[in-house]
Amino acid sequence: MSTVTIEAAQTRIPERTTETTAVEDAPPGSFVVTLIIRRYIPETDDEPRWQDFDVRVLPTDRILDALHKIKWEQDGSLTFRRSCAHGICGSDAMRINGRNRLACKTLIKDLDPSKPIYVEALKGLPLEKDLVVDMEPFFEAYRQVQPFLIANSTPPGGRERTQSPVARERFDDTTKCILCAACTSSCPVFWTDGQYFGPAAIVNAHRFIFDDRDESAQVRLDILNDKEGVWRCRTTFNCSEACPRGIEITKAIKEVKQAILVGKP
Amino acid sequence: MAVTLNEPRTKDSPVVRRGAGKNWEKWGWVYMRASGLVLVVMIFGHLYVNLYAGDGVSALDFAFVAGKWASPFWQWYDLVLLWLSLIHGANGMRTLINDYSISPIGTGLKKLLSPHFIMKSALLGATVVLLILGTLVIFTFDPCPVSSNPELLPSFCPAAS
Repeated sequence: MSTVTIEAAQTRIPERTTETTAVEDAPPGSFVVTLIIRRYIPETDDEPRWQDFDVRVLPTDRILDALHKIKWEQDGSLTFRRSCAHGICGSDAMRINGRNRLACKTLIKDLDPSKPIYVEALKGLPLEKDLVVDMEPFFEAYRQVQPFLIANSTPPGGRERTQSPVARERFDDTTKCILCAACTSSCPVFWTDGQYFGPAAIVNAHRFIFDDRDESAQVRLDILNDKEGVWRCRTTFNCSEACPRGIEITKAIKEVKQAILVGKP
Repeated sequence: MAVTLNEPRTKDSPVVRRGAGKNWEKWGWVYMRASGLVLVVMIFGHLYVNLYAGDGVSALDFAFVAGKWASPFWQWYDLVLLWLSLIHGANGMRTLINDYSISPIGTGLKKLLSPHFIMKSALLGATVVLLILGTLVIFTFDPCPVSSNPELLPSFCPAAS
């Protein structure tokens, strides 16, 4: 396995040197894990290919740390997105062992490191390079639900719009979305149907539909009553399982369906 | 040679939103839930009467069906069962076609020859034919048709040999 890696990875240090130094300097408790990464460099590859890397990691390391080690020490051409690295920016969603997760929130020791770990880009969005996909279709659907507060009337007393804790609680769950696309790109309907809004757009519509300060709930309900709107949802729960923020997405979609049926949030 | 599908959201399937207008998706969704609830009760009723009540499954033969359809209650029961379940199934197939084939953008011959349109037409045709045939059989069923070969008639018919 590693012979292929050495040939493919141009900048990788010959394996014997790496192994010797690694074992000598190996921090206590560290172990070697194999990452099999789906590579695709549009300039040189016609098709995506799988490449494996052996990395020495600590039990406290996450998949993102392993990817960093590969990029910094073995193959600088490995491409992936990450910004905050602490589960808030939503940049590093990827498919790890067949499940959509954030690389920065996935501990390697939780994934059975005795077996190789498969890492690939999100499905259903155009692949650009290695682990980077084109997020534009995702944000296009997001923009279409008008994910911002629309309140054109004068607030009571002309000062501010107050909201009770109970009214705030109504949409609390859907405020947690970080737009990482893990849910939308885990949805089988989104993979095959090129037009479906996808769970994330519906979650962000939900956040304003059920906000009692907002005045455009009906507009959003009409948008989501589209042929490619909420009715495309098959309640497969892939989105709820994929969400790194633990949002009950399928429930939120169901609440939007219910609001469309009764005609008001 | 490997057959590959276009990546979703490439140029062949641009995101197109329809304007606000009548849209049947909501009613399709409601129909699936409502008919599903009725079907659960009716199908178990159907299974109970045909396979369990009385002599059970051993009583089930041509005469049994003929006996049931002699009563208007079972005629209407079976009619409702047929229409609800067939439309339920066809609507489910329709969503599968919508999910797994891209609807054509062109018009005219390009649209008529697209797999999406052909599959949907075939589905609609099959559903309509089955509904009409089924309804006809339920209401025109005659176990002992006059002037037919007596050897082919079931034993309970007066004309049977």
